[in-house]
Amino acid sequence: MARQGTSPEPVSAAAPVVALQDVAVRVGGRTLWSGVDLRVGAGEFVAVLGPNGVGKSTLVKVLLGVQPAHEGRVRVLGGAPGRAGERVGYLPQRRSFDASLRMRGTDVVRLGWDGDRWGVPLPRSRARRAARKRIAEVIERVGAAGYAHRPIGQCSGGEQQRLLIAQALVRRPELLLLDEPLDSLDLPNQAAVASLIGRICREEGVTVVMVAHDVNPILSRLDRVVYLAEGGAVSGPPAEVITSETLTRLYRTPVEVLRTSDGRLVVVGQPEAPARHSDRHADRHTGRDGGPA
Amino acid sequence: MSALLQLADGAAWSWNPAEDLRQMWAFPFMVNAFRAGTIVAVTAGVMGWFMVLRRQSFAGHTLAVVGFPGASGAVLVGVGATYGYFAFCVAAALVIAAVPRGGRSGGVQESALTGTVQAFLLACGFLFTALYKGLLGGTTSLLFGSFLGITTRQVWVLLAVAAAVLAALAVIGRPLLFASVDPDVAAARGVPVRSLSTAFLVLLGAAAAGTSQITGTLLVFALLVMPAATAQALTARPGPGLLLSAAVAVAVTWLGLTVAYFTPYPIGFWVTTFAFGCNVLARAGAFAAGRLRAGTPAPLPAAGGAA
Repeated sequence: MARQGTSPEPVSAAAPVVALQDVAVRVGGRTLWSGVDLRVGAGEFVAVLGPNGVGKSTLVKVLLGVQPAHEGRVRVLGGAPGRAGERVGYLPQRRSFDASLRMRGTDVVRLGWDGDRWGVPLPRSRARRAARKRIAEVIERVGAAGYAHRPIGQCSGGEQQRLLIAQALVRRPELLLLDEPLDSLDLPNQAAVASLIGRICREEGVTVVMVAHDVNPILSRLDRVVYLAEGGAVSGPPAEVITSETLTRLYRTPVEVLRTSDGRLVVVGQPEAPARHSDRHADRHTGRDGGPA
Repeated sequence: MSALLQLADGAAWSWNPAEDLRQMWAFPFMVNAFRAGTIVAVTAGVMGWFMVLRRQSFAGHTLAVVGFPGASGAVLVGVGATYGYFAFCVAAALVIAAVPRGGRSGGVQESALTGTVQAFLLACGFLFTALYKGLLGGTTSLLFGSFLGITTRQVWVLLAVAAAVLAALAVIGRPLLFASVDPDVAAARGVPVRSLSTAFLVLLGAAAAGTSQITGTLLVFALLVMPAATAQALTARPGPGLLLSAAVAVAVTWLGLTVAYFTPYPIGFWVTTFAFGCNVLARAGAFAAGRLRAGTPAPLPAAGGAA
């Protein structure tokens, strides 16, 4: 419907990590979005954008295999979604741990390593040493070594987010699905976590699909964006998608994309989706009409 | 109740611990009480650690309360109270697990429903004890615990159930921890979060039924919550936390049994009091340690300000 081939898909040599073909999703009898085409190659950094309630998180759930696609074809790492196991790392939408939760950050990261295994680990085994080494390494990688031994409930939002990224990374996934990882972080932490994710993508070749409310902190690192609207979607390089023309066509209402003097993009006039999900987003649903992309 | 008379005669603390223990353990019922108490305490300490982490104390309490009509009903129809406890607690766990959860507001509805059923079952238990005229003082010991008259057969039943519960927990422990702390990510990694929740409630029902037989149905938290809360105040590591929780539960049970033997006051009171004391000490210790750490770099003690 409102789908445009804004650019020829740069087909990577290998099979795509994520391939969506004309996918539509229905939740509670309502079609959230349809006609989504997306091919993500290995090592690409992709952002999923769109107004609140449009179903950005649902797209991540489709890739996880938790939410079935109503129509179309979904392939993740060459198989049906939900079959890739630890090859996919996942960071759900903002969870903050209760301040009274008595679990160290290290233990939470460790759950990402072997939390899905049954039975009791053997003490002093080689597997255990390997686990300890990898966990220390990944905690060092995200810069959380200074507080990983503290109960996670006592860490700040940014510290918790780094530990959770470490948890998602600990099994060396090929695909990282991040649902609003910068949400409710302050600006310095947003920049730091965004650059951490960018480094992981570039240096370790991990494919990143990230749901974002604000594209600006990650804009310079993006290979591709998917802009969702009620009914349709556009995908392509950010310079081609986040433009007044493309978004006006997508939303069928005048939308203006402004570039501020420091290079930030501001989208004005983007319609909000129907308020069905407003309870979930209530805390950041107000005054967003002229918000950032 | 002949044991009670013997107690009144012979039980005097002599300040010679070896002699006192020898005297106490000369009674087979005391030996059985220690055996049963130890088995129950280990199970409750370990299961309680998970229960506190999962914030399911209310469910744990409900399961234990349901054991009261189970036990009194079993006595009424002539089956051992032990079987009544286990049958009712495990059945209640399955019922609680089957009640569908509707998002975040579902919690309120669930607790109202559970509270309603809990009060009704407590009343049923009261009726059963009233109908069974022969159970002298039975209501009190069912509700607040007793260490008298634990048979060897009962010890074996408790041991078998505890072994089954701990073995099952050893198998599901890691995924259960994952599902408790981080259900979304666990589900995405293929951990069966719903089934684990049901399995945990069934194991918790069995643990609560066992604990009820020492502390009574109303004081199960003495072994199910307090040692776990104490352990979690002292360590945030899962492995040591589990061991510490079980150790505290066993220690307060042994202390409680010993003191109850030498004093005229009931076991439920002593076990609960010692567990409470441990908890207060642990929290005070953790608070003091935090204050000390926060205060070290600051020269003025008032500037330490532990949050």
